[in-house]
Amino acid sequence: MAGNAAFKKVRLKTEPSADDLRELAIGDVVYLDGTVYTAREGVYRRVIEEGEPLPLDLPAQSGANFHSSPAATINPEGTFIIRAVTATASFRFSKWIGQWLDKSGAKLILGKGGMSSADYRQHFVPHGAIYLTTVGYGTGALLGRGVSGVKSVHWRDELGLAQAMWVIRVENFGPFIVESDLDGNSLFERENAKIAAGLDKVYEGTRPAVLKRFGETDDRSDEVI
Amino acid sequence: MIPIDLIQSTAVSLMDKAAIEIPDDYLSGLKQAAAVEDGDLSSFVLQAMLENYKAAKEDRRAMCGDTGCPRWYVKMANEATIEGGPVALEAALRRATAQATNGVPLRPNRVHPLWRTDHDNNVGINAPEIEVAFEPDGDWIDLTTVHKGGLFGTDYRMLFPSDGIEGIKRFYLDSLVAFGKRGLSCQPAIIGIGLGGSKDTCMVLGKRAACLRTVGDRNPDSGIAKLEEEFKELGNSIGMGAMGFVGKSMVIDCHIEVGYCHTGGMQMSVHAFCLSSRRACARIHSNGTVDYRTDPQWFTPYQRRETVEWPATQPSRKSA
Ligand code: SF4
Repeated sequence: MAGNAAFKKVRLKTEPSADDLRELAIGDVVYLDGTVYTAREGVYRRVIEEGEPLPLDLPAQSGANFHSSPAATINPEGTFIIRAVTATASFRFSKWIGQWLDKSGAKLILGKGGMSSADYRQHFVPHGAIYLTTVGYGTGALLGRGVSGVKSVHWRDELGLAQAMWVIRVENFGPFIVESDLDGNSLFERENAKIAAGLDKVYEGTRPAVLKRFGETDDRSDEVI
Repeated sequence: MIPIDLIQSTAVSLMDKAAIEIPDDYLSGLKQAAAVEDGDLSSFVLQAMLENYKAAKEDRRAMCGDTGCPRWYVKMANEATIEGGPVALEAALRRATAQATNGVPLRPNRVHPLWRTDHDNNVGINAPEIEVAFEPDGDWIDLTTVHKGGLFGTDYRMLFPSDGIEGIKRFYLDSLVAFGKRGLSCQPAIIGIGLGGSKDTCMVLGKRAACLRTVGDRNPDSGIAKLEEEFKELGNSIGMGAMGFVGKSMVIDCHIEVGYCHTGGMQMSVHAFCLSSRRACARIHSNGTVDYRTDPQWFTPYQRRETVEWPATQPSRKSA
């Protein structure tokens, strides 16, 4: 791949040690080997709000929670086909993430767009977990190539294909970029701050709308998440 | 008479093409952006995307795991007739959508908004959308499917004549910056802007501007064409690139479509067609031939007409 010679590229196991994670800096590029599972609002509600027991042994079987629904099909004979996978935006899962890290012992949260550094400091840091963001975010075919098989699918009937818990074997699964480190620093927030510094100049010659909206802000260092 | 089976089989191929093959115009736009991008992280993202499109085509797998919300745009030439009529046409497109969801496979994205019921086939109440337009002369129908992704990046605002171009620019920048952070809108995108109409038409126009025009295409009104160029440049000067990293690739192109609106208002919508700008089209002729392409050719002089009669009996306004 051209243009990325500057990036440290790391192969990481899906049950990494604290030392493995300490080696990582925000902005590093990561490829994963092992087992990941999908869990998003459907699974979180079931486990955290309804108190359903986990359908597999976590984190023994996997320490990597992927915020995703695969583009997949179940064959009539019960086998699965996954061809492409892409993450979904993680900020919406903020209210569950602390309890989920408690219950699942996950060390890696994989998703789209990261979460706030406030979430990292409050929930990730105490659990020794970090956030890896997918790239693009449209790299579904590349990620699909890293899927070597489906181990199991839980709660398919209860939650539907998209929200079910897919347990997936992966090899050289990526690329991901390290978005948060063990201290809770966020790459996105670092970049936001750099960009915000130049925004006033970009906005020069524009005018605020005549008709305002309730709750509107002109603070461009703000985020919508 | 166009056979209904031909419509359905063509529609299935279109679903497959849209999900897997990035259109050439967007691809060359992205390559150009990649060539000038100097933000190191942004540039890494663009290179990964270029590899991803290749991988999708090589393996015949969907380019993005979120395969969006498939929808249909149908254009009927005035002399075209369809075996079974328009109801059969709608059924064929619903069947093709369900079949391709299992076949490609696509992600079964469509659920009931309240009960979250999922038929696992992207078909349901008002899904897929099927929008129809007409064209004078000819006996063909054009089928276009768009698999638009993205829960973020689209917004609407009621502006007024006194907001002026400066107000339009402000709302444009607000949308790009707000949803560009963390790359929520999966930029660089084709940005479509709808101006005027009423609230619903304004949204429709903006979406069609983003999804049904190709990179490099310009509005025939020279004043609007100038704005499109200017807005593209403005978006790329924010200092933000792919995934919200420092960079300069936000906008692959900007398209603006207008509709006559209430004299007191100036409605505006902004739509972002993401890194997976998926569209595929085919013209089915009455003699049974099918021509595939990626340019929907939706916005013809007829679609943008402003006179009472067609062909126009009075000249349309020339822009300043
Ligand atoms: S916005 Fe587009 S590129 Fe991003 S995840 Fe959705 S479909 Fe994929």
